[in-house]
Parts: sequence; structure tokens; C-alpha cells
Amino acid sequence: MEKLSGGDMLIRALQDEGVDFIFGYPGGAVLHIYDALFKQNRIQHVLVRHEQAATHMADGYARATGRPGVVFVTSGPGATNAITGIATAYMDSIPMVVISGQVQSHLIGTDSFQETDMVGISRPVVKHSYLVKRAEDIPETIKKAFYIATSGRPGPVVVDIPKDITNPTDFFDYEYPEKVTLRSYSPATRGHSGQIKKAIKLLAEAERPMIYTGGGVIQGNASKQLIEMTKLLGFPITNTLMGLGAYPGTDPQFLGMLGMHGTFEANNAMHHCDLLLAIGARFDDRITNTVSKFCPYAKIVHVDIDPASVSKIVNADVPIVGPVDVVLDEMIKMLEPEVAKRSDKQKKLLKEWWEQIEGWRRQDCLKVLRDGVDDELIKPQEGVQAVYRATDGKAYVSSDVGQHQMFAALYYPFDEPRKWINSGGLGTMGFGLPAAMGVQMAFPDETVVCITGEGSIQMNIQELSTCSQYGLPIKIINLNNQSLGMVKQWQDMQYEGRHSHSYMDSLPDFISLAESYGHVGFRVEKRSELDATLKEAMSLKNRLVFVDIMVDPKEHVYPMLVAPNGSMRDMWLRKGVRT
Amino acid sequence: MMRRIISVLMENEAGALSRVIGLFAQRGYNIETLTVAPTEDETLSRLTLTTPASDHQVEQITKQLNKLIEVVKLVDLTEGEHIERELMLIKVRATGAQRAEVKRTSDIFRGQIIDVTPNSYTIQLTGTSDKLDAFLRSMSEASVMEVVRSGVSGISRGEKVLTS
Repeated sequence: MEKLSGGDMLIRALQDEGVDFIFGYPGGAVLHIYDALFKQNRIQHVLVRHEQAATHMADGYARATGRPGVVFVTSGPGATNAITGIATAYMDSIPMVVISGQVQSHLIGTDSFQETDMVGISRPVVKHSYLVKRAEDIPETIKKAFYIATSGRPGPVVVDIPKDITNPTDFFDYEYPEKVTLRSYSPATRGHSGQIKKAIKLLAEAERPMIYTGGGVIQGNASKQLIEMTKLLGFPITNTLMGLGAYPGTDPQFLGMLGMHGTFEANNAMHHCDLLLAIGARFDDRITNTVSKFCPYAKIVHVDIDPASVSKIVNADVPIVGPVDVVLDEMIKMLEPEVAKRSDKQKKLLKEWWEQIEGWRRQDCLKVLRDGVDDELIKPQEGVQAVYRATDGKAYVSSDVGQHQMFAALYYPFDEPRKWINSGGLGTMGFGLPAAMGVQMAFPDETVVCITGEGSIQMNIQELSTCSQYGLPIKIINLNNQSLGMVKQWQDMQYEGRHSHSYMDSLPDFISLAESYGHVGFRVEKRSELDATLKEAMSLKNRLVFVDIMVDPKEHVYPMLVAPNGSMRDMWLRKGVRT
Repeated sequence: MMRRIISVLMENEAGALSRVIGLFAQRGYNIETLTVAPTEDETLSRLTLTTPASDHQVEQITKQLNKLIEVVKLVDLTEGEHIERELMLIKVRATGAQRAEVKRTSDIFRGQIIDVTPNSYTIQLTGTSDKLDAFLRSMSEASVMEVVRSGVSGISRGEKVLTS
């Protein structure tokens, strides 16, 4: 059998796992590993400027490709810097394997230099973690880490490796296991057929049905099945922020996003439906508004891979635990005859339901209101719409967190899964740029846009340097309202306009900043110049272009659910106007 | 809210216990008692904890515990017929007339005096938590010097078992 050092075994195991990129930053505890990495050329390592960015890059890579993202960080500060990105991946169920260096085994527990209890500090935000105690365990531990990260409900796994375990002078037998089994871990492989039958019956009998799907459909690669089933049924459908793109955003059956900043039609259809089919969604508080007033007339069917997500917030009348693609395949087969024998009365009821929905749609809740503003003033929504036009709606779009994120979600309809890359669960500012970089590494020839704001972009702006190093031609769209827009919006609405620390004073000149890193910078201040500038930016295929768009600093995101105590049909539609 | 006894079979590995405890802290559940030790199969540990929880909460607790990779199996013993026991070691002042009284009370509760000094008794008592509480109440506060309780252990009645 082949003899390898611990460090070489680790790199070899990652190669055998099919890893093509590692996002990381070296340091004392991972020096042996980085030396092993130096001696090979099958895996490309991407040197970041901050470990948080490494985790977001791996995360963006994973969201866009469906393959697990891999991160290397050193012990102590390297490990703690990675935590935000690990938590981001955890909240959105993104497969990721984070290899962290640890101080030498004999130093653990002695408060030694750059020591931190990584397994401990990451525990609440990982799917699982390992501290490797013997070099012989490296291959199996890596196999298990990837298996756990990618199966069932995916998530990040941390593998903490003390420096002595990767010592280049100690050699061990290397063999990468074909598969691993864990007696305590066996994710469901199919849904319960009795429950599926019950669901079919409810779907066949529904008079005002609604389909609500989340990130689980994307992570579970079930977009094809979702489209097929939704078309077959002819039912209205909405996606969560995490689920956008699972169903084509430009299709007439799609009612737009739902929830806190969901559309008037999606939120009303949720409130009034008599059957809710929830798929790969978890009834987050940004969806339900007041839980006791959520979907008051509906029976609820909930399909999810994670049993703990079912009946956690809202009780499911029919719970189906299983992989979404497998469950939907089975449901489609059983639904075909049901749809074929639909009675005239049922068809009429569904038609009436659609008429009601079209009525809500006529509210045109996303219409950009320009009453009384200067003709050249750019509304942030128009910035997003212009990006849509300039990219034919086909780009990969990452976002940061705040108003611009909601505008991107609402005004850039996604027709395909894995194109919309955003931090939905944790809401991590600073996610957008590094996530876009991970996507661009995976798809060098695709257009990758990062829609951000001047607050968020500054949280990981140092990565412009990494972009120079690797020639990543990302298009950064900075919707610059010179303030922390979402914070300011809440302060306007709930704190009588007291803008406590939500302004952005002393902003850098983003154009010269981008140029100083070797990139191209454009500023747009006039609405009439928006399309031409974006077209030019997109035409620079091999350059990173930072487009600083000066937008209306007073704009709010609407619709917005009325809280507290509101239901999903209680919405602010524009400033001072509510349902 | 009802007191539940949750019995968990888990991998006997470093870090497994902290994951279980971390889960309770993280999700805002309470642990009232906790006891853990390896089983006849040394690769497995049996952890028993009691927690006050509504039906909905206990469903979430068991589902979340089941998600932990090291948790092999678990059961809410309070869902079925079960036996629960707790061990208490209690050191009491026992002087003068009190000495005979403490001994009598201990006998009534079927306690065993396992250590004796001229001024104190150390009594071992097993039973349900209620019984241990009652014994404590029967001792005057002044006489109790130290109390050590093991936390609840439990097992299902009949032939039902929790194994991997």
C-alpha cells in the first residue's frame, strides 16, 4: 500500500474526492498542508485576503455548482474569521467542508499561540465536525466529512487537524474509502407512500391551491420536477428568497417572491389558499408574519428532507419526509390520472381562483413610482431592471444584504435554479463579492454580477485584490444610496425617522478604489446614462467592472408585511399606504 | 409542560456530549437532570436527561437530537410505561436525639447509611425523584449538610429495548 504523510494524505483524499478548488489562507498550523498542496497541480488553490471571504467563495461555488465548497484556514484567528461564512452556509444548507489547522496535539488546551477550540466555537453552526487525532484517520474522516456535507439536508462540516498530524516526516498507509456508512446517520431516500397518497387526495380536492417552495428545491436539484408538476396542476406558485429560480420567474403561473417583501399577489394567494403545498421550505419568520394568522384557511402538505423542519413552526397536516426530487417524481405519476379526471366544477373553481389572483396582480405592486422626482434621478429598482436588460436575464447574480438584495430578488426574475446567490438565512453583509468570485471560478465564461450597496461591499472589499490576482471579470453593481438603506427604512417606519448610525459618511471614491486594484470603474448619476453604461460594463468581458450607481437615497422596499400582529395579507404598499 | 425523560443512545466519542448539551442551550430548551455513561457495548454511551417540555417542544427536541450525527437512537421514556430511578447521597448532622430520628426516617425510606461519624450520617437513597424530594423534606433543613443527586436514569417496562 502507498505510504504518505498526513499532509499528503489530506491533499490526496481531496483529489480523490474530486475537489477542483480550495479557497484558503495559509498560516502556522497549516504549513505542512500547504507544502503538500504546493507539490501538486490537480487542485487549484485560491488565495483570499480574509478567511471570511474564503468561506463565502466556497459557498458561492457550492450554490452555483451543487458541489461542496472547500476551505483551508489556519488555527486561531484563521479559524474564527471563517465562522461567519460557516454560519452563513449552515443557515442556507450549503454543502461545505472546512479544513482548519490546529496547534500541535500536545499543545491543545494550554492556551498556546494561535490556539482556539475550533470544534467548540463552530459547534452551533456546523452540520458536524471532527477533530482528527491520528493521521491514519485522515482518509476516512475526509470521506465522512464530504458524505455528511452533501447528503440529506446539506451543510458545512469542519475538520480540525492538529499540525503534528500532518507532519511530512511520518508516513502512513493511504487508501481512500469507496464509501462510508454511519450507523447513526441515514437520510431518508424516499417519501412515505401513505402520506404521498394523502397529499394527492388533498391536491385533487383543492379549490384554492397554492405552491410555496424554498431553497430545498434548489439544493435538492428538483427544479425540473417542480416545473413539471406545477405545469401539470396549473396551480399558482411562489418561491422564497432562497428558492428563486427553482421555478421560472417569468412564467405566468409564478406570482413572485412571498414574505416580508413578497408581492401583493403571492402574499394574498398564501393567505387565502385552502391548500398549501410547501416544498423544501421552512416557514421562516420572514415568510409567515404572525404565525397564528398564517394561511388561516389552508390544509398544509409539507415536503422536506429534514424531519425537524416539518411542523417546527406551522403544523403540517400531511408531512412527507424525503428527497424532494424523488417525492415529486412519485407525486407527478400519481397526479397525472387525477388531473385527467378533473370535473368541470373543479376546473371552474380553479379558474375562479386564478381570476381572483389576477385581480391582485393588477395592483402592480412592483411598479416603480416616480411621482415628483427629477427625471434623471435613478431609482434602485431601475438599476436592477437595467442590469436585467444588460444581461438578458441570464447572469449569475449574487447579492449582499439589505435593500439592494430585496430589489434584486424582486426586479431580476430568475428563470433557472442556482443563478441567484444570496445569504437568505443569516443575512450576511459582505457575502456578495466573495460569493460571486466562487461562482466565477466555477464558470469562467459566464457573466457574474454582484448587486451590492456601499455598506455591504465595504465589508469584504479587500477581495478586489484577489479578483486582480485570478483575473475574475465580475461586474459589481453598487446601488449607492449613501446610507444603510434597510436600517434607514426601518428607522423611517418605526423610529420616526431617527437615523441612528445608518448613514455612510466618508465613502471612498469607488472608481479610483477599483482602479487602484487594477479594475475598471464607472459611475452613473443620470437615469439616461444607465443602460449605455451597463452595456459597456458587460461588454468588457475580461475585466472586473465596478459600476457605482448613485440611486435615490429615500427609496423604500415595498410591499412590506405589516408587523407586529399582521397576517400575510397585511402589507405596506408604498410610503404611508397599507392594505 | 410535562417533565420528559429522554434516553439517548449515542456514539461514545469525545465531543458527542457537548453537542447534545449545546443543542439544548442553543435552542432554548432546559435540562433539569443529566446522566451519562458507557453501555455494555463500549462504543456506545447512554445519556438520560429530564426536561420540562410541551408535546410540540418534545417533538422538536427529539427531532433535533436525532439530527446530531453521533446520536444513534433515542426514546422519550415518558411516552410509554417505564421505570425511573435516581440515586441520592445525603450527609446529615446526626447528634443527640436526632441521631436515632435520622436513622428511623432513613429506614422508612429504605435508605442505607453508608458512612458514619460521631456527628453525621451519610445516607444512600434510590427511587423516583419524588421520593428523594420527600426524603429531603423530611430531614430538617438544619440537619442537611450536603446533597448529591445522580440525575434520573430510566428504562422501558417489558421487553422493549433501546439498542443500535
